[in-house]
Amino acid sequence: MADAAHEHAPARGGSGGLPPQGSAPPGRLQHHFESMAQQKEAASLGMWVFLVTEILFFGGLFLAYTIYRWEFSRAFAHASQHMDILLGTVNTAVLIFSSLTMAMAVHSAETGRKKLLIGFLVATMVLGAAFLGIKAVEYTDHFHHHLFPGPGFHYPVPADARAAELFFSLYFAMTGLHALHMIVGLGILTTLLVMAKRGAFTPEYNTPVEISGLYWHFVDIVWIFLFPLLYLIGRHLH
Amino acid sequence: MGQTLPLFPDQASTMAGRVDALYFYLLAVSVFFATLIALSVIVFAIRYRRRSEGELPRGIEGSLKLELAWTVIPLFISLSFFFWGAKIFFAMNRVPDDAIEINVIGKQWMWKVQHADGQREINELHVPVGRPVRLTMTSEDVIHDFFVPAFRMKQDVVPGQYTRTWFEASKPGRYHIFCSQYCGTKHSSMIGWVHAMEPGDFQAWLAGGAASESLASAGAKLFQRHACNTCHRPDSLARGPNLEGLFGKQVQLADGRTVVADESYLRESILTPNNKIVAGFQPIMPTFQGLVSEEELLQLVAYVKSLSKPAAAAPPQSSRVLPPSNRAAPPTPSQKENPK
Amino acid sequence: MSAVVEEPEPQEPRDNYLTSRYGVKSWLLTRDHKRIALLYLASINVFFFLGGLFALLIRLELLTPEGDLVQAETYNKLFTMHGVTMIFFFMIPAVPAVLGNFFIPMMVGAKDLAFPRLNLLSWYIYLVGALFTFWAIVHGGVDTGWTFYTPYSTASSNSHVIATAVGIFITGFSSILTGLNFLVTIHTMRAPGMTWFRLPLFVWAHYATSLIIVLGTPVIAVTILMVGAERIFHLGFFDPALGGDPILFQHLFWFYSHPAVYIMILPAMGVISELVTTFSRKNIFGYKFVAFSSIAIAVLSFLVWGHHMFVSGQSVYAGLIFSILSFLVAIPSAVKIFNWTATMYKGSVSYRTPMLYAFGFIGLFTIGGLTGLFLASLGVDVHVHDTYFIIAHFHYIMVGGTIMGYLGGVHYWWPKISGKLYPEGWARFAALVIFIGFNLTFFPQFILGYLGMPRRYHSYPDEFQVLNVMSTAGASILGVGYIIPLIYMVWSMRYGRNAPANPWGSTGLEWKTTSPPPTDNFETPPVVTEDPYIYSPEEVEIVG
Repeated sequence: MADAAHEHAPARGGSGGLPPQGSAPPGRLQHHFESMAQQKEAASLGMWVFLVTEILFFGGLFLAYTIYRWEFSRAFAHASQHMDILLGTVNTAVLIFSSLTMAMAVHSAETGRKKLLIGFLVATMVLGAAFLGIKAVEYTDHFHHHLFPGPGFHYPVPADARAAELFFSLYFAMTGLHALHMIVGLGILTTLLVMAKRGAFTPEYNTPVEISGLYWHFVDIVWIFLFPLLYLIGRHLH
Repeated sequence: MGQTLPLFPDQASTMAGRVDALYFYLLAVSVFFATLIALSVIVFAIRYRRRSEGELPRGIEGSLKLELAWTVIPLFISLSFFFWGAKIFFAMNRVPDDAIEINVIGKQWMWKVQHADGQREINELHVPVGRPVRLTMTSEDVIHDFFVPAFRMKQDVVPGQYTRTWFEASKPGRYHIFCSQYCGTKHSSMIGWVHAMEPGDFQAWLAGGAASESLASAGAKLFQRHACNTCHRPDSLARGPNLEGLFGKQVQLADGRTVVADESYLRESILTPNNKIVAGFQPIMPTFQGLVSEEELLQLVAYVKSLSKPAAAAPPQSSRVLPPSNRAAPPTPSQKENPK
Repeated sequence: MSAVVEEPEPQEPRDNYLTSRYGVKSWLLTRDHKRIALLYLASINVFFFLGGLFALLIRLELLTPEGDLVQAETYNKLFTMHGVTMIFFFMIPAVPAVLGNFFIPMMVGAKDLAFPRLNLLSWYIYLVGALFTFWAIVHGGVDTGWTFYTPYSTASSNSHVIATAVGIFITGFSSILTGLNFLVTIHTMRAPGMTWFRLPLFVWAHYATSLIIVLGTPVIAVTILMVGAERIFHLGFFDPALGGDPILFQHLFWFYSHPAVYIMILPAMGVISELVTTFSRKNIFGYKFVAFSSIAIAVLSFLVWGHHMFVSGQSVYAGLIFSILSFLVAIPSAVKIFNWTATMYKGSVSYRTPMLYAFGFIGLFTIGGLTGLFLASLGVDVHVHDTYFIIAHFHYIMVGGTIMGYLGGVHYWWPKISGKLYPEGWARFAALVIFIGFNLTFFPQFILGYLGMPRRYHSYPDEFQVLNVMSTAGASILGVGYIIPLIYMVWSMRYGRNAPANPWGSTGLEWKTTSPPPTDNFETPPVVTEDPYIYSPEEVEIVG
């Protein structure tokens, strides 16, 4: 454990001068930390722990998927053929590319290049929005084909209808939750953009960009798992 | 109040004594350890009480030997609990071959019982003493639980699937049935009685009851009514697997898996036929979800089971379903031989 | 532990965290972990007494075999609300969000938790969740049992399942954020010299608890989401009528809810570790074993959920595995009990109120733990599953364990929190009343359970009455026992004697500062130079 004993750096906002409830503006050391390094370590660890909770959160749905995929393997494979493989593939590419732009944004922040940072943030947001747009097209398509579970659900093979409904329940739950995370991600990027424009990030202080990047990559990775499970399992049937 | 204060439940099944023996063993060990710890705390608290405010006892770091002792000893004692408990659990789950079969259907808020010969009961269950009884149970709505404290027997009754348990009553008498899985408003009214009777009395009860037709023959009629027999037939026109002699056998599925044709498999095949396609057949069977009730399903299952019993035990009606010639020369149960 | 800290002079009019600022806003927008702890203390007590009221009504109904005091529907709502309020809104936050929040930063020698704003946010999230659930209670309640078993909760119950579920869902995030905050604080905010093995055992216990919170709570969150989606949109995850599997719900539910038991008990165990060493004035016996047993419990707690499903129809082999793992998780708890007992050996044992609660905890938790072995034994569990035996068992753990630990901790740290001393005589009397009332309430329930009385029964056969009457009598005594501390604690805030910095002669960093502490906890940042629980003449003098 490297953090066993912290460097006793002279605390800029130490116990002396700052008001007790002090909330430092971004880029400054908050009063309850001893050093910038400590503050940054806390923020990164916090995000990693949060991502662990996210894995468990999605994990429940992945478990349900696994069990029903085992139980209704044939019907699930058939139901997945109702996915638009082209849109799904494009969306996967869009998302992977957005991870690249996000990584570039983090790099720009670390090297203190403000314009590049803003550019890459905007690019990431555009790609994220594109993903959501394509997803919306797919959802609309499913609604038109009565593939949303519930009373209006209609499936061409009656004997498989129940299992297919379960597939689409999982599909909407998993992709819907993923889309929700994308929307939250766009909100975070917007905040970063505003902060970046104000010049809040410097080579010394860019933790928000870095940990938001972690979050964005995580959301991408979830999709990397969703795509084959929901789109590709029926490919071999052709 | 004038109530009595019971401390121990009736022992009325072959399992009760075995469960209680383990219970008393657990109790003895628990009392020993609880007393040991309580006494140590009391003795230490008195012996080493603070006599003056300025006391400063010497620190003791700990002792690896002691730590190991109180890790390993409880571990071994626990293992004895585990093995004994597991042994009983296995016995509870291994149904004797000669068991009487009775079906139980739970529904908010009553127990419906079907005997093989067709007798039906509600919130009552008549069984003979000295014979194992196997219960096949399901629910029409939510999860219930069939609990007979005097038999030390309990099993959840789950909608959408069959659960099984068994008991052998050892003492004639009347014992509580409780629903012990919370199931809604009148959960505590979902209770009834098991009547454990001497075998002679039980026979008399069976004979005296308003026995309609047996489950298997009711199932045979359903089999015809739903035209199951147009596809499930032993001759060359069959488009579905032959059901004669099927029950209890291994079935080879189209996707390579094998399953045992038990009650749950039959049930699943009627309700979601496309789940498990038998090797060599097409997924053409329609679902019967919503077309047959839980009771009818159990009748159909009873019928298919009856097709696997020796001809003497088969219900007389079965000949109406299958041409007699087939009975003389039944085809092998292997599904692979069937034409596509 | 002795630390290089300026000797705190207990000057009278000094600026502490309670007096540094005034006004409602200074409380509602505070980022001081100590003030947030007090906000939690107030809110969880509301739910404690609400849950207690439900419990009292349940016991009154069960005084007679007939269902005569309340209707069956009402009764079902009462036990559901009792479970929901006690577990999600009292028991889970009780020790961590109040005592943990207050003392973890002080014990590691930090000025605050790593994320003070997140900490305040946690309290608001808790409050929003609580409001949803409270809304559900006021508008007719929910009757599914706190376990929300499907398909009853999704297809059959027509009570306020959604509002309650949303409340629990939201509160779960409060719990996650608190756990996250603790983990990061313990990792990154320790004072110079505060190595892992110098951490007080209270901190170790909370570290283990936070691990469980962070890994388990998201699963219950998504499970609740699925229940909600099934109930509203008919997405058939669990209802067999829609193609789902109700047993899957039980797996997901218990994957969180069994570890949740340890979320409730581990922090209380942490409290007991502090109490036993302080009031024996002796270092803890086997520090590392007590510390690692917390971690072992956290890890094993995730592997035993299936023991809630021994009669659900899961496979015999699954039953075997969950049974043996359940025995294993009992071992680290036993190790703790033995170490606490050994700590008293050749100590200087004081009978102050917190220690009385520690005695109570050790005795009652031992009984709770031992009866847990009955439930882990497959053969016996089949009989006692879902009967009053299990009710008695988990109340011995949660009331006999967690609440004893919580009350012991609140008494122990009250001088530090409030700067006042509570009346010792009354406090000892209340502890005794609680102990007697508790045993009278719950011991008869073991016998009831083995006799076969199922849980969640509104009415019951006559032969169970005598034991039920005993239980109800005990509950009345217990209720009185809980009200006494509420009264004298509130009284002491105004009329109690001023507390010194270290009234018990404890060693932790939190006692090296004034009572109540300044907003930044320490006048100068502490530097730790010694192992924990080393009692020196310095501490003895403070008390003497």
